Amino acid sequence: MAKTIIEKIWDQHIVYEEEGKPDLLYIDLHLLHEVTSPQAFEGLRLANRKVRRPDLCFATMDHNVPTKNLPTINDPIAKKQITTLEKNCEEFGVQLAHMEHPDQGIVHIIGPELGLTQPGKTIVCGDSHTSTHGAFGAIAFGIGTSEVEHVLSTQTLWQNKPKTMEIRVTGKLGFGVTAKDIILAIIAKFGIDVGTGHIVEYTGEAIRSLSMEERMTICNMSIEAGAKAGLIGPDETTIEYLRGRRYAPQGEEFEKAAERWIALNTDEGAQFDQVLEINADEIEPFVTWGTNPSMGSGISASIPSAADYKTETEKSALRSALEYMGLEEGMPLTSIDIQHVFIGSCTNARLSDLQAAADVIEGKHVHPSVTAIVVPGSRTVKKQAEDIGLSQIFIDAGFEWRESGCSMCLAMNDDVVPAGERCASTSNRNFEGRQGAGARTHLVSPSMAAAAAVAGHFVDVRDVKAAVHN
Amino acid sequence: MEPINIVESVLTPLDKNNVDTDQIISKEFLKRIERTGFGEFLFYHWRFNPDGTKNENFVLNDPRYQGSTILVAHENFGCGSSREHAPWAILDYGFRVVIAPSFADIFHNNCFKNGILPIELSVAEIDELLAKGKEAAYQLTVSLEDQTVTGENGKVYRFDIDPYYKKMLLNGWDEISLTIQYEDHIAAYEKQQA
Repeated sequence: MAKTIIEKIWDQHIVYEEEGKPDLLYIDLHLLHEVTSPQAFEGLRLANRKVRRPDLCFATMDHNVPTKNLPTINDPIAKKQITTLEKNCEEFGVQLAHMEHPDQGIVHIIGPELGLTQPGKTIVCGDSHTSTHGAFGAIAFGIGTSEVEHVLSTQTLWQNKPKTMEIRVTGKLGFGVTAKDIILAIIAKFGIDVGTGHIVEYTGEAIRSLSMEERMTICNMSIEAGAKAGLIGPDETTIEYLRGRRYAPQGEEFEKAAERWIALNTDEGAQFDQVLEINADEIEPFVTWGTNPSMGSGISASIPSAADYKTETEKSALRSALEYMGLEEGMPLTSIDIQHVFIGSCTNARLSDLQAAADVIEGKHVHPSVTAIVVPGSRTVKKQAEDIGLSQIFIDAGFEWRESGCSMCLAMNDDVVPAGERCASTSNRNFEGRQGAGARTHLVSPSMAAAAAVAGHFVDVRDVKAAVHN
Repeated sequence: MEPINIVESVLTPLDKNNVDTDQIISKEFLKRIERTGFGEFLFYHWRFNPDGTKNENFVLNDPRYQGSTILVAHENFGCGSSREHAPWAILDYGFRVVIAPSFADIFHNNCFKNGILPIELSVAEIDELLAKGKEAAYQLTVSLEDQTVTGENGKVYRFDIDPYYKKMLLNGWDEISLTIQYEDHIAAYEKQQA
């Protein structure tokens, strides 16, 4: 029977199945960080249990690490989480890229970078953006701390088989339009819970033409559409990205693995439970204006009105979002002034993201009323950006150039947007208070964030780029 | 984890959709290394004004719902982050049951690991419960065994639940202890993959 890649990977990982029970699924890679793991390790200690397969675990510190003046952590509770992870990794024999280790970075950036992330794997982490790793054709999903403990102890999880969904992105991306705009457009069109109970496969011409880093941006925000996971079938782009990476198979083994990976692709005629379609030709650079990731529009649009919505719950959600955001119905998006720019996060802090932003700001300067920071996704990205001169472009333009971590995406460290102020952010969530109590977040691509940094308000990056090209 | 079956309480009507885990437990409270003590921070930025005083307009501060153990909300409850601190905060505050038309997957899963019963009812049923709960304190009786929610007027709302998770909640089982009984299967799988 023709199968989707989702079913193939799932079926290959079933350890035990029985009618009336979820499947017992084997986990190939378990990524850990300081915020969602301490209670799991403590649970093991209390029950006198071991980590079953420390060799399938990899830990780093990203959520609350400072991005300047390392290694000083001002917050004693954050510091305790950091030292707790160090202690736990040592006690249980788990490999750790600590705060100052050259491999340190956001967990979803270093997994692929090190070649730990590979097609066909089941990958979990106590973080919802684990869906990022799906870009390689893996089933990767976020789990809670109880499940972290379960995986540490048994290397398995009980999971009901999710439904399958294809999201087909037809057509070609226009000039100045990025992977971030595709995923924001998908979420705006279909809603933040369209994927609930499903694993999504992204297909279509526009997806195939993306680089691995762009694919990671798409899969990263699958959770923002409610999906359990999102993935893209492996192809030559995937294989060439992985070739030679430290934890990928090497030499002849790699060629054999590559053959197996390609065979994972969805069979012709395989049926998905649901198929959605969007045309890339119609996607503009996106800006969110509300308090969840579906509340966004193309840059040429204006903020909608309550009259555009059907139900009273939706109307009231719009009103309360605009009240929080300090915006009015019908305002053009280009009229929104910003005070902060954050280029970073597991969504958009890889080298190509920094390059895209640098291309826009080169030779220009950040607007006097804007504070702008760049937080590379990993120490490796930081070093690469420094080696090719990107860091200097940012610094010359008036950006702060920081150490790697999650930073202002969720503001667990000192990188906080003050109450009432507005941030153009390349991150993934614009929930109330996400970047600081009372802070107002607008999600955009790196090039749109860079253009806003220069203008002091949102602008259509296509106009900025066109001016450069002429 | 504490078993759960019959829960009797007035409902707390949280008339919002897409309640995300950042609202349930804000990031500044995620730094503890224990599972307990999160209740005082539940819905912190909705419960308290920026100056730290109580927001009297927020439903959790309404005297009619004090001591309630049943929370009712609109669609897609618990969306966003995987933080289990969200169900920990809900439980620590005193809720044992959350009723909504739909839940985000990770939050839904996390409830079952912590003895919280997530119940899905239709949008129309939720609208009805929210209306009653907002009008006056409204008593519900939840029976997990019977898969019913009964209003104080006697109206019965039936719900579906995965039989595996029902059993877990009714018995308060520790999932890891159960899984360890499958050690032979796990070892065999590993051998076959090697």
